[in-house]
Amino acid sequence: MQKIGVFVCWCGSNIAATVDVKAVAEAVKNEPGVVVSTEYQYMCSAAGQKMIQEAIKEHHLDGIVVCSCSPRMHEATFRKTAEAAGLNPYMVEIANIREQCSWIHKDMAEGTEKAIILARSAIAKLRNNMPLQAGTSAVKKRCLVIGGGIAGIQTALDVADAGFEVDIVEKRPTIGGRMAQLDKTFPTLDCSACILTPKMVEASQSEKINIISYAEVEKVNGFVGNFTATIRKKARYVDELKCTGCGLCMAKCPAKKGKNEFNMELDNRPAIYIPFAQAIPNVAVIDPEQCNKLKNDKCGLCERVCTAGAINYKQQDELIEREYGAIVVATGFQPIDANPLNELGYAENADVVTSLELERLMNAAGPSKGTLVRPSDGKHPHTIVFVQCVGSRCDENTKRGKPYCSKICCMYTAKHAMLIREKYPDTDVHVFYIDVRTPGKNFDEFYRRAVEQYGVDYIKGQVGKVANENGKLMVQGSDLINGEQITIAADLVVLATAIEPDPTARSIGTMLTSSMDTNDFFTEAHPKLRPVESPTAGIFLSGVCQGPKDIPETVAQAGAAASKVIGLLAKDHLVTNPCVAGSNELLCNGCSQCEKVCPYGAITYIEKEVRGPGVREVRRIAQVNPAVCQGCGACTVTCPSGAMDLKGFSNQQIMAEVDAICL
Amino acid sequence: MSVNEKTWKPKVVAFCCNWCSYAGADLAGSGRLAYPAEIKIIRVPCSCRVNPMFILRAFERGADGVIICGCHPGDCHYTSGNYYARRRMTMLFSMLDFLGIERGRTRVEWVSAAEGQKFANTMNEFAKTITELGENRKLGDLRCK
Amino acid sequence: MIANELKKRALELLADGTVARVLGWQPGELEHDWSPALFENAKDMEGFVYGKYAGANLSKYCLKLNKAEGKTLVMLKPCDTFSFNQLLHEHRLNRENFYIIGVGCKGMEDQNGLLLKCTCCKGKTHEIYDEIIDDEEARQPMPEADRFEQVSKLEQMSHEERFEFWRNELSRCIRCNACRNVCPACTCVKCVFDNPNSGIASKANVTDFEENMFHIIRAYHVAGRCTDCGECSRVCPQNIPLHLLNRKFIKDMNELYGDYQAGVGEEERTPMTSYTLGDVEPGIVHERGNE
Repeated sequence: MQKIGVFVCWCGSNIAATVDVKAVAEAVKNEPGVVVSTEYQYMCSAAGQKMIQEAIKEHHLDGIVVCSCSPRMHEATFRKTAEAAGLNPYMVEIANIREQCSWIHKDMAEGTEKAIILARSAIAKLRNNMPLQAGTSAVKKRCLVIGGGIAGIQTALDVADAGFEVDIVEKRPTIGGRMAQLDKTFPTLDCSACILTPKMVEASQSEKINIISYAEVEKVNGFVGNFTATIRKKARYVDELKCTGCGLCMAKCPAKKGKNEFNMELDNRPAIYIPFAQAIPNVAVIDPEQCNKLKNDKCGLCERVCTAGAINYKQQDELIEREYGAIVVATGFQPIDANPLNELGYAENADVVTSLELERLMNAAGPSKGTLVRPSDGKHPHTIVFVQCVGSRCDENTKRGKPYCSKICCMYTAKHAMLIREKYPDTDVHVFYIDVRTPGKNFDEFYRRAVEQYGVDYIKGQVGKVANENGKLMVQGSDLINGEQITIAADLVVLATAIEPDPTARSIGTMLTSSMDTNDFFTEAHPKLRPVESPTAGIFLSGVCQGPKDIPETVAQAGAAASKVIGLLAKDHLVTNPCVAGSNELLCNGCSQCEKVCPYGAITYIEKEVRGPGVREVRRIAQVNPAVCQGCGACTVTCPSGAMDLKGFSNQQIMAEVDAICL
Repeated sequence: MSVNEKTWKPKVVAFCCNWCSYAGADLAGSGRLAYPAEIKIIRVPCSCRVNPMFILRAFERGADGVIICGCHPGDCHYTSGNYYARRRMTMLFSMLDFLGIERGRTRVEWVSAAEGQKFANTMNEFAKTITELGENRKLGDLRCK
Repeated sequence: MIANELKKRALELLADGTVARVLGWQPGELEHDWSPALFENAKDMEGFVYGKYAGANLSKYCLKLNKAEGKTLVMLKPCDTFSFNQLLHEHRLNRENFYIIGVGCKGMEDQNGLLLKCTCCKGKTHEIYDEIIDDEEARQPMPEADRFEQVSKLEQMSHEERFEFWRNELSRCIRCNACRNVCPACTCVKCVFDNPNSGIASKANVTDFEENMFHIIRAYHVAGRCTDCGECSRVCPQNIPLHLLNRKFIKDMNELYGDYQAGVGEEERTPMTSYTLGDVEPGIVHERGNE
């Protein structure tokens, strides 16, 4: 039989005014297991705590019930009190007789009666409590950042700055991401490369940062503080340590018809190439689909001209396995494919371009060296029409695009329009929009400048059709303010295509057991209060992988993610919440239902020999990782056999409370 | 009406999730917002911890009403717990209705940690409904003795 | 005749070692209800029967054979394959341990004519099989009936009428556990009702809780996994229409969360292990229907 002590607090007059505390202490004296029951003015005071501790020692109590204020207030206090007296802190239960009793009732008899029931209920629960031990697990002091765009770079820099090692895994041959492709940035119009490339250099020069480019994360095991990742470093066919980035191979390579991904395929690049001049690492890579030597064993010119002897046609993919304490997802975005949107004529007309293509057309390092020309004939366009919300804010049922707002398009379109009007004042610029959304510091001022100072023609309405008539792009749209259908003969049409998560995001999310929404954006642990953490402990979110963002927001979130990572890596050990789920292997069916409802991926299945009365066989059973489980209890209800239970809130504990209340 | 031992008083069990509704109940308390003493709260980590068996057990043991309170959809501390609770409770309530148990003895309400007033209002309303429905005899009497 | 072909093929598979045993049917104690039976050789197979009284769903019997040496040949009617497939989804069976012959079915009967489950046949397509043995007649669709007709009828009644209906039905229960034992979704290694620590079992008979709640809890536990095979009602010696509880859940899930049939296709979330952000609130129960 357990020995239980009950301690009823007066809380001055807060409780004692409407609850007869002495009567409560008296009433529960004869409850099964109760060996001592007493009251005191202020249980949470030093004297009150001392009283509890003495009672624990004197009566050799193995559990206590404190009838006092809300457990949200003093549960932690009384657990510490108990622990200091040698009692397991989880053998403490609180009966909330202040917030949920004395404060809401006026009648003494009524309040006292309820307080007694609440005390009985807590005693009934306590009788089913088990001592629980908070576990610890060591933290591996290294961080993995998946994605080397501005989000990944910023997170890596901040984490490295705090003294922790960071690996950036980037799937492309260089870091820099989408921001490297941009020309100017809103609302300051400073050059994107000028602010990004110093950060790239800083990352490459940091002793703490290790850039693993042209690589993908293939597998992740483990849990917070203890992940193991397998990274596939794809063969570049160029020795990274030897290549000096001189570019001679690029000049000599005869296979020059490769599509230049960096320039949105608006021009070509050789089979051996460095994506752009400021690439990091500044090392060439051979496109095996295009290289004659790799395809047909003919050529070999690059090997002959390379004075550094860096070319290695026999290079193989390399698998790297490393341990990490934290993982940051910074997988970024891509613009959606505009080809299926037939009415906008993107597929047929070279002069219908996406905004990201326009960035390259306007960039000094782009295919036209910064002169704005039409891709079809290289002529200067005089009338340009921008179409907003292409594939954004679509009716979900039409399946013609994304239901969300891509958030950045209004601003970059204002930027494009402004830049064009400034550089080519003879150009007419029209913008078809649904709404202009400009929340952000200096954003609305920026947009208004485009309209008021630069004379950009904003037309509220959607575009129905873009048709090519004798070389002119006839843009038919509605002007909602003037209530008419209009047609503009344009030389160039720019589509503000929606952005979507990088196509690798879904598989990375699955690998990390990190939840995603229906649009493949990663879900945050709490939409308001934990915006940079994934619900899966130890996984953090940086940048657009979590939802559309502009550069300042991305950098802010990247820094926030870094601070969360630093907070984790600064710990040597993690103390785990002992109130976690656990599966009774003798009862477990291995049916996988609990795994499906676990929001944290804390449940796995193993084949294990199960031994019990009359049982000895290998079964598939559920295993809960206590370091990952957060203790919600979703699994316990899904489990039909009752094998899955939650410590601290077990079926028996709750049933006992129910019985005590309903008796 | 005076408090008389013989007078029937409803028994109501309220399951409240630790993060939102239990905190909402505390807030009702600190705001001294009264609701009937017949309502007793059981703290659970999340509404998804509430096993339909707890509810059946409560009814069978003499509860006249059971209410489950959790974070508002979208605000679950564990991100998805209340979504599971929502389906589970919908199915259970529908089954109880199918068995002929009076509607109104079961309820789900989303109460945030800031909604002390809503908590008190909900409990007052619910207690009123249960008092009107009267004693729950049916569930304990599903089989002839 | 399908029965002869089945027998011939089973003997072949036994002879060439493809399977170590055959799970089929043999005449039972009741003339109109053939029993599941295990045949291990040609001599055993003499007792094999198949025909209109082979209503028993053999899926659940596979559980005990899952770890037996060698493959088991199991004969499954189209609707039985849903149950078998559902057990695969739940990792209770290993596909490679079974050789499935999908058998053609012309509707099963007992002494009172067509079985209840056959009056609203789930179709003549086998969800999973290694080979199919049927004939032209077995492929003909059965007359269609609304399987939720009775559930809807009950839903239209008043609460009092419904309560009386169920009280009348459930009071007859003798807790023989036949429904639980036959149910292909009731496969727990240890049932909560057999576990004194579960909080709901009361072997000592201290309370009526278990007796009162048994069928409700059982129906809830199989919700989303029940294929509506109807075995529970078929085997009930007291003729309690237990399938109505399951069908009520199925009807609700179909109406509220979209049509769903357990045991179809690949392993996925059931309506009870999934959600959408826009799900209806539980209050809908109090708003819809009669009263």
